[in-house]
Amino acid sequence: MSQAAEAISGTRDAHPHHDGAEMLRVSDLHAFYGESHILHGVDFDVKRGELVTLLGRNGAGRSTTLKSIMNMVGRRTGSIMINGNETLGMKPHRIPRLGIGYCPEERGIFASLDVEENLLLPPTVRSDGMSLDEIYAMFPNLYERRRSQGTRLSGGEQQMLAMARILRTGARLLLLDEITEGLAPVIVQALGEVLVKLKERGMTIVLVEQNFRFAAPLADRHFVMEHGRIIEEISAAELPSRREHLNSLLGV
Amino acid sequence: MSATQTLTPAMQRRRQAKLRRNALYLVLIVIALVAPFVAYPVFLMKVLCFALFACAFNLLLGYAGLLSFGHAAFLATGGYFTGIMLASYPGLTPELGILIGTFAAVVLGTLFGALAIRRQGIYFAMVTLALAQMMFFFFVQAPFTGGEDGLHGVPRGELFGLISLSSNLNMYYFVLAVFVIGFAIIQRTVHSPYGQVLKAIRENEPRAVSLGYNVDAYKLVAFVLSAGLAGLAGSTKTVVFQLASLTDAHWHMSGEVILMTLLGGVGTLFGPLVGAGVVVSLQTQLAQSPLGNWVSVILGAIFVICVLSFRSGIVGEIQKIVKKNFK
Amino acid sequence: MTMIFGVPLMVFMGQLMLGLINGAFYALLSLGLAVIFGLLKIVNFAHGAMYMLGAFVALLGLQHLGLNYWAALLVVPLVVGGLGMLIERFILRRIAHLDHLYGLLLTFGLALIFEGTLINFFGVSGSSYPTPAALEGGMNLGFMFLPIYRGWVLLAALVVCLGTWFVIERTRLGAYLRAGTENSALMQAFGVNVPQLITLTYGFGVALAAFAGVLAAPLYPVSPTMGSSLLIVVFAVVVIGGMGSIIGAVITGLAMGLIEGLTKVYYPEAANTVIFVVMVVVLMLRPAGLFGKEA
Repeated sequence: MSQAAEAISGTRDAHPHHDGAEMLRVSDLHAFYGESHILHGVDFDVKRGELVTLLGRNGAGRSTTLKSIMNMVGRRTGSIMINGNETLGMKPHRIPRLGIGYCPEERGIFASLDVEENLLLPPTVRSDGMSLDEIYAMFPNLYERRRSQGTRLSGGEQQMLAMARILRTGARLLLLDEITEGLAPVIVQALGEVLVKLKERGMTIVLVEQNFRFAAPLADRHFVMEHGRIIEEISAAELPSRREHLNSLLGV
Repeated sequence: MSATQTLTPAMQRRRQAKLRRNALYLVLIVIALVAPFVAYPVFLMKVLCFALFACAFNLLLGYAGLLSFGHAAFLATGGYFTGIMLASYPGLTPELGILIGTFAAVVLGTLFGALAIRRQGIYFAMVTLALAQMMFFFFVQAPFTGGEDGLHGVPRGELFGLISLSSNLNMYYFVLAVFVIGFAIIQRTVHSPYGQVLKAIRENEPRAVSLGYNVDAYKLVAFVLSAGLAGLAGSTKTVVFQLASLTDAHWHMSGEVILMTLLGGVGTLFGPLVGAGVVVSLQTQLAQSPLGNWVSVILGAIFVICVLSFRSGIVGEIQKIVKKNFK
Repeated sequence: MTMIFGVPLMVFMGQLMLGLINGAFYALLSLGLAVIFGLLKIVNFAHGAMYMLGAFVALLGLQHLGLNYWAALLVVPLVVGGLGMLIERFILRRIAHLDHLYGLLLTFGLALIFEGTLINFFGVSGSSYPTPAALEGGMNLGFMFLPIYRGWVLLAALVVCLGTWFVIERTRLGAYLRAGTENSALMQAFGVNVPQLITLTYGFGVALAAFAGVLAAPLYPVSPTMGSSLLIVVFAVVVIGGMGSIIGAVITGLAMGLIEGLTKVYYPEAANTVIFVVMVVVLMLRPAGLFGKEA
């Protein structure tokens, strides 16, 4: 279906799996922590159902980009459109209600809550989230440990919990920050399988990753960041031919 | 090799700043010397005593970052001990009485300080407040403090056994001397290497620890010094007014000294002096006006306004303006 | 007559009961302080004033509006809690980004304003609030004489403390509160309206203080200064117990009341100061407090 046909047929939400519709568009985004200017005009877009990665070296501004989308940094200018809504002027707690789930780099598991409380904590933002049963089926470890204190879990389990908790809310756009960091290869592989399942469900995913080998087979497009800007966009199809160029950008 | 002394621009600026500061001190001293001929000496003495109290408090809050909510205890301890000694031993000269009172405050400061620095931030404030309240009850109940009435008729006596302090003018110059000594001690401390470490601890305690500084020892010394100087202020005040009372030990007093410092400018040398001047004047003026009963409400309102929108205090704001316009 | 270390049993138990009543107030107030501290990270120096306002609003409501005791128990915490929410929304929120010591100073200023204003209108000498008719009189339990009102205060305070514990530890709202205490930025990123949660929390903590004030009205003279002296003792209780645990706050409050009561029996001169002495001992032996986690 073409863009024009979609416009005629009514709201975009009527076609949740429609490819090509824009889920997220970030334009000329600048972000500041106090006096320091972190992002210098970030531009990228994510289409519905896509999985894109933000690649780059440490300090390139990838995590800050995600935080800026959630309005968790100091000052921001530019534009962040989510599902056609400008969110730059929105209060932080309104943004997730547009159907966004955020998984922070430090995972953010609450020590004073047990696993199930952690899981049930984020308010539902849309009605069609995964049920608790579905989540336990996807992450059986969490079911076994549902009464444990959140921070008693292993690193991998905590990461599963941090992901699982935003799946329950009905979020359709997931912002995942360094989910494989410091985890054993088996767990990284399991996380990859989870991401594949989420894509099949039509989720849109923005992945900040260090582990390119993990991200490469999953992603539709890659954005490379440096000094607070997107400097390169590489689609999955272009990847084999531009692999070396990418490696040189990432310094690997 | 010839030791030619070339001044870098930074050294020149520092030298100029020092000159300017010395000129300022000179002007202030002249003003202070002439003041009793212009204003009431008793009022001036009250301001000086509270200014010293506030300077002592500021040493702790402004330079070590420790908010004590119990400094009234040291003011009162100095006052009571001096009062008791001077009232019980007629032969004792006032400066010795004041030294004894100050020493008592130092001892108390060592005990309270050692306890309070075991907790940080908000807990430090609560601990000092509670300890001071304990002292308040002690002063209410102890047989030698005159309970609710306080200690009256403390003799001013003769300084060094020579100069009668019954004249307000003599008394004033003595109080001025005490203040200048106290202020000089604080000024020297703040600008000494010790003061620099104190500021480093205030800015980033974990870093100071990792650099190998014994943070607790630094804090304790600051606390004891501050308590001693607060005691000196209380002792001197007792001699001036020939009275030591529970007002000095009440938690309101601990709050007032915070207000003086905040209003004048936390962490500035002259802020507490200015703040004490403003608060004491205000209290004196209000007491004679129909608003006399509203003093504590007005002080409370000033507190709120200071915290909400005047956090640099009078001197701090002036410094900002000077920096903006003259540099 | 049974004697306990030279004190008649009835007297001993009576003092213990008085201590326990005081302890109930310490528990209610330190609980409110702990709840507020958890999310706002400020120590609410206006807490004593809010307790005092609770008693005053109840008294004035009775005198001018015919608001009876039972209605006051419900209405007054709502009214004073509402005032607390206004204070948070329009004053405390403006300094939320600053060093938390400023919160202490600001609420200290507010306490002075409330206390001073009421002194101007009502003087420092207290007025008495009549004991509600249904709770007059007492019971002889054999080993002690229990005034019914005191028994009620103890019961009501315990029920409210347990209720608060239940809400915080066992409900979804409580989970928000605990999580917000740990990481409020992430809570916002999940779509929780944290500023609103903070306003409600402050209002709730203040309402607890006001509830304590209504309970206290028939027991103690209702005076503008009734809150400040109590609050300083509560601060000591908080230092002893630490503000990290709800149950800790309640247990410490009750225990300190009991210790105070015992001191009144055996060494009355020290009754005013014994809690401060306990605080000193705790600071020496266990600086983080009995239930504290961090120093």
